[in-house]
Amino acid sequence: MTSAFVEIKNAAKSFGKLQVLKDINLTVDRGQIVAIIGPSGSGKSTLLRAINELDPLTSGEVWLEGVQINRKLPHRQYEKHVNQVRQDIGMVFQHFNLFPHLTVRGNITLAPRMLKGLSEAEANKLAEEQLTKVGLLEKIDEYPSRLSGGQKQRVAIARALAMKPKVMLFDEATSALDPELVEEVNMVMKQLAEEHMTMIIVTHEMDFAASVCDRVLFMDQGVVVEEGPPSVIFKTPKEERTRNFLRKHLARNGG
Amino acid sequence: MGLDFSVVPSYFGVLLQGMGWTIAITIGAGLLSFFGGIIFAVAALYGHWVIRLPMRGFAWLFMGTPLLLQLFLIYFGLIQIGIDLPAFVAGVIGLGLHFAVYNSELIQASILAVDKGQYEGARTLGLSRGQTLRRIIIPQAVRAVIPPMGNNMIALLKDSALVSVIGVMELTLAAQQAISRTYRPFEFYLAAAFCYYIINLALEAGLRRLERRIAASR
Ligand SMILES: Nc1ncnc2c1ncn2[C@@H]1O[C@H](COP(=O)(O)OP(=O)(O)OP(=O)(O)O)[C@@H](O)[C@H]1O
Ligand SMILES: [Mg+2]
Repeated sequence: MTSAFVEIKNAAKSFGKLQVLKDINLTVDRGQIVAIIGPSGSGKSTLLRAINELDPLTSGEVWLEGVQINRKLPHRQYEKHVNQVRQDIGMVFQHFNLFPHLTVRGNITLAPRMLKGLSEAEANKLAEEQLTKVGLLEKIDEYPSRLSGGQKQRVAIARALAMKPKVMLFDEATSALDPELVEEVNMVMKQLAEEHMTMIIVTHEMDFAASVCDRVLFMDQGVVVEEGPPSVIFKTPKEERTRNFLRKHLARNGG
Repeated sequence: MGLDFSVVPSYFGVLLQGMGWTIAITIGAGLLSFFGGIIFAVAALYGHWVIRLPMRGFAWLFMGTPLLLQLFLIYFGLIQIGIDLPAFVAGVIGLGLHFAVYNSELIQASILAVDKGQYEGARTLGLSRGQTLRRIIIPQAVRAVIPPMGNNMIALLKDSALVSVIGVMELTLAAQQAISRTYRPFEFYLAAAFCYYIINLALEAGLRRLERRIAASR
């Protein structure tokens, strides 16, 4: 099925006088995997955070499977609406944002139990399933402080997946990790890709983007400069700005 | 007249009873100061101004005036408007609210210091503001201030002696009673001091255990 699943229309966003997003349009089909690349400060995180209303757009629309995410509603209704739609949008942060006062199990079961009314037994089963998937079942009763960075991020992914989201957003999921821990997280993301999870991935890892993504967006100064399949964007980009960015990036990261 | 501790054992029962009351006041007021502290902190940070403004006045009253006066106010003052509290209850409320205000200051600062990512992590899963506060922010904020709140609890234990002025037969007043019969102030005040020391030790041991238990979850 190739219908617009996530759709962003004429998105604009300002923080005070600083315009961070300028008329961005993006359509992601079900099961598609889109990478967003671009220099620091280009608005990648802001765009991602607009999708689940963490940073609401100044103007424009965000749709998920025919439901407008950023509906203008009276305060109370808006809160209810947002809390509902966010359940369908998994998000993974650079710094994991695991809850340190809860065990791995507690981190994963909290939202399903509170928001979906799962019983303790059901939630436990769910936690075990998701942890098996990310290869961390044996850590189920540990506190996050006892995990490595890579393990924390895998738990964060399992926590997001436990809500059975329709789409997963990744904001530099591996940027805060020691180099030797990056691969274990990438593996989990690749596995999700094989299961046709719809994903939007902000990343600085071009090799990873090239190997798992269907499409790559290059952003600079709040606009999408160029987009296309990874083979085109990484090998034969049309825009000068894209070429410059990739060249600098290669130089900085030693090829 | 030299020291003669031989009179102390015959008042053992009196002292022990006083100790019991002191422990009861400390636990009651301690719980009130803990939960009250959380409620005051949330009200001060997130409450409507209709709640926040009187809270300010309330905080000023409890931080800016002597505890002794507060106890008088609650025990003797409230009778005038028809609220006749038993001395023990008045003492627990007075001490509890007094320290709740101090705990609230600690918790407020601690809530504001919780990483913004915690809030975002919870909201992203679909938790509401209230759910996030209750299940994510407050538990972390409270854990972070267990040590200074523990110090407040120890101060509370010591200040519980003030409740004797409204006639609660706690440890200090029990010692005084024994003294008025035996004229042995030194012996009985020392004995009472020893009892306070024991309670203090137990309290500190409990706090240390609590800190160790939550160490991994911070
Ligand atoms: N909450 C905010 N308030 C004010 N300005 C902000 C806020 N969040 C982001 N910005 C600004 O918006 C611009 C885009 O930020 P954004 O985080 O989206 O960039 P990015 O592409 O994700 O960068 P990076 O690669 O460094 O993560 C930056 O100039 C940033 O300073
Ligand atoms: Mg960013």
